[in-house]
Amino acid sequence: MKPKNQRLVLALLALVAIIGAGFLALAGLRDNAALFRTPAELAANPVEPGRDIRLGGMVAANSIREASDGVTIDFIVEEGEARVPVRFTGIAPDLFRESSGVVAEGAFDRRGTFIAHTILAKHDENYMPPQMADMETRDERLQRTLER
Amino acid sequence: MHAFANPARFLGIARPLTPWLGWGGAALIVGALVPGLTVTPPDAVQGESARIMYVHVPAAWLGMAGWGGILVASLVQLIWRHPLAGVAARAIAVPGAAFTAICLVTGSLWGRPTWGTWWEWDGRMTSMLVLLFLYFGYIALAAASDERASTSRVAAIFGVLGAINLPIIHYSVTWWNSLHQPQSIGLTSSSIDAALLWPLLVATAGFSLLFGAIVLMRMRAMIADIRVEARLRRMAEA
Repeated sequence: MKPKNQRLVLALLALVAIIGAGFLALAGLRDNAALFRTPAELAANPVEPGRDIRLGGMVAANSIREASDGVTIDFIVEEGEARVPVRFTGIAPDLFRESSGVVAEGAFDRRGTFIAHTILAKHDENYMPPQMADMETRDERLQRTLER
Repeated sequence: MHAFANPARFLGIARPLTPWLGWGGAALIVGALVPGLTVTPPDAVQGESARIMYVHVPAAWLGMAGWGGILVASLVQLIWRHPLAGVAARAIAVPGAAFTAICLVTGSLWGRPTWGTWWEWDGRMTSMLVLLFLYFGYIALAAASDERASTSRVAAIFGVLGAINLPIIHYSVTWWNSLHQPQSIGLTSSSIDAALLWPLLVATAGFSLLFGAIVLMRMRAMIADIRVEARLRRMAEA
């Protein structure tokens, strides 16, 4: 074998080994690299009250309730059948709205309500002009969310 | 491929190509950003802040494509010992790092009004920050090597190893739940409406041409540097 071809084979073997190592590392990271836990994951693996975690999912339609103090809101984060009630006191980002993604940081209280101290809004991958969004009914948007 | 191993031949093509890429890229960037920032509609949900994607997405693409270029050049250097491959990889590193930094900064500026945070250690953001540090590492390694002409073997191996981060960046939003949204543009489809998409594509093409011009300029400067050194050495020996 010519030295050039020998180097080519060595480089290819090295590439395969690197990619293999990368995938092994990723498989190990799989659970730890997730930014948040979803309601369904929490239903399968409950977290004890008081432990700080991030909860992520969709804000359920018609679930946002404002408390009388004006800064506290209650809403429900859902993922399929699983639902988690959340309470947050503070200013939520502009994009925080119903039927849209959210990531909440906080902990469960003893009654199973998630007390959030920080709320982040998730944006989805859809970009469109305002006129088009008006034409689109909410059902269509919901449909697309479910398909995803 | 070795036709371009001769620097004179390479320079004969690179020299006239540089202004075409540079000015062509600049024209496309202006042609995309001016309407993109003034004429095209805002996004229905995010409003005006979505326009930052006309810089953010090309910067992200070039940050990743830059390391892809380093990977290819490093393999060519290691396998075929092409004399210009190491020069090309080194020329890519600095603009690649710059565009990665632009991507991180614009993403952070967009994240504050959209998500409500400047920074979150989510998979996409963390892996992109790792890419920036990989660039810094590559630049330092290449600068530290004694073999100026074709860069060190160590830098080339680092360039190949670092490429494992590219699929991680790409799939970070698919594999792990993350704050960053999933991919908008696929090979055949796009969930960005056409009215917002065309400035994005034109800007991406424009920044890519500009990137090419910067890389060619840096390669020419490095080759000139090598020649000066060789001449000085000959004069010192004579």
